[in-house]
Amino acid sequence: MIESQDFRETTPERLIGEVQGMRDAGYRLVQIGATRTEGFEINYSFDRNLEFVNFKIRLADNTEVIPSISGVYWSAFLYENELHDLFGLNIKNIHIDYQGYFYRVARPAAFAEKPPPPKIKRAVKPVAGTEVKET
Amino acid sequence: MRTIIPFGPQHPVLPEPIHLDLVVEDETVVDVIPSIGFIHRGLEKLVEKKDFQEFVYVAERICGICSFIHGMTYCHGVEQLMKIEVPPRAHYLRTVWSELSRIHSHLLWLGLIADAFGFESLFMHSWRLREKVLDIIEATTGGRVIFGSCKIGGVRRDIENGTLREIAAKLRDYAVEYKDLGNVFLNDLTVKRRLCGVGVLSGPDALGLGSVGPMLRASGVAQDMRLLKYAAYGGIDFAPVTAEEGDSYARCAVRIGEIFQSVEIIRQCSEKIPGGAIEIKVTGLPEGEFYARTEQPRGEVIYYIKANGTKNLERLRVRTPTFANIPPMLKIMTGCQLADVPVLVLTIDPCISCTER
Amino acid sequence: MPFFTISKTILRSLFGRPATLMYPAVPREYVEGSRGHIEIAVESCSFCSLCQRKCPTEALSVDRETKIWKIDRLRCIACNFCAEACPKKCLSMATGYSPAVTSPGATEEHHA
Repeated sequence: MIESQDFRETTPERLIGEVQGMRDAGYRLVQIGATRTEGFEINYSFDRNLEFVNFKIRLADNTEVIPSISGVYWSAFLYENELHDLFGLNIKNIHIDYQGYFYRVARPAAFAEKPPPPKIKRAVKPVAGTEVKET
Repeated sequence: MRTIIPFGPQHPVLPEPIHLDLVVEDETVVDVIPSIGFIHRGLEKLVEKKDFQEFVYVAERICGICSFIHGMTYCHGVEQLMKIEVPPRAHYLRTVWSELSRIHSHLLWLGLIADAFGFESLFMHSWRLREKVLDIIEATTGGRVIFGSCKIGGVRRDIENGTLREIAAKLRDYAVEYKDLGNVFLNDLTVKRRLCGVGVLSGPDALGLGSVGPMLRASGVAQDMRLLKYAAYGGIDFAPVTAEEGDSYARCAVRIGEIFQSVEIIRQCSEKIPGGAIEIKVTGLPEGEFYARTEQPRGEVIYYIKANGTKNLERLRVRTPTFANIPPMLKIMTGCQLADVPVLVLTIDPCISCTER
Repeated sequence: MPFFTISKTILRSLFGRPATLMYPAVPREYVEGSRGHIEIAVESCSFCSLCQRKCPTEALSVDRETKIWKIDRLRCIACNFCAEACPKKCLSMATGYSPAVTSPGATEEHHA
């Protein structure tokens, strides 16, 4: 029912070349997002006439340097600043760089912490107002 | 000589807090630097604690104006991931509520833009018309703003066919009043002086900067996510409303046109809705990744859902239309007069609580 | 020259009824089916605590030994999940907002 989800893998070195190719073909930038798995994954999404293409970069940790695509798509600076503030990812040469003050979060790179392991059995909900004990 | 004037986060014209540093040279704005982050609640991290079926409640509360479509997009994404076939009646009911949501959101925007250029009685009249739509929504779902009627596998409440036809008839009567309201916005001389030629965005610029929704359609590009045929839009006959000039007047005209289009879509739904069940039982756990895209009143919203076979989703990433419309807003503000800044901020229909979930 | 195009709307509202209510002097009439607050018929409650498990905001607490059913009115979002989950059907959604309380965290108790 929905359009096909086209996923392609790429690396930080080939990123700018592929994005420039998207720009020349007339795609518009839809979003840039990141996920914390064992390492990190960054997704770049593009769209042209309801046709949807996705590039994924896999990283082992957030110290690797990734080039910014705000030279190709001007509007990418917002997404890249958000990634820097929430995940601690190192993106260089952003057009307008807020240097960590985009969101003014209390705990920098909060989303980079590993999520707790999933509970297998659903415990009884605690009473509102009492302390939560680990089951 | 350049001065920097801070605009926001508290300003009478802004519905939600956003901060802009305007670099001004003798009444002309030369540069704009945005600063957001006043409503960041970190809702995306809450997926680690809440079960994926309970998260519909949190997804609905990301925004107060476009709340139903957030819930519906989340349900749509998880259903596509788990390959659940929702019964067709539930699809039509979701479409009806989405279009009611769109009507009330556009009437709210018309009121706010009238307030931005100083026409307060027009603001009050738009919101008075909006109250009647909220009464319809309250009678069918139980809540005026947060509907609480979507769930994974279908919808929670039913609307009888007779009631649906009455709603379509009522909206047809209200459409006469909407026409009078639209007449004031589009034909009054003073309103035109404030809107025409202000904030022009050309078609190729709009695409290159990534704008979505009525901002893109008012520059001549006919892109509407409802053409992806999610929910019941496959069986409904409609075409995206566009305009050519790309200024604030065109955006106003596009949104007024969309109100009438929504009334027409609800009328078509009330005739074509099939009978049957409204929900289907959900078994199993989601696994995989999926991008769900739908059309909110403000533009294209995209939900990236990644699940790994447990009760909590691994990642939920929401990119709302206002986030994509902020760079075009910055571009159209350079070169405008200082008094046009409130009109230009409101012309993208900013929903900042969506932007920083 | 289209001046004063709003005069038609203004004249109509000048000679028509006001759209506002003199609340709270005139009480508000809620539509049937509007979600307001949860009510319990506590005699038929079996204290199984299914409602407590289903509540997404953890507003309910049920104690089987002392037979008390407690709700934190400020945490309740009136989503109706508990009423749908109750096997004895003793929970129902009534219209009207829950009244203001004087301190946060105050729970309302119902004894069987």
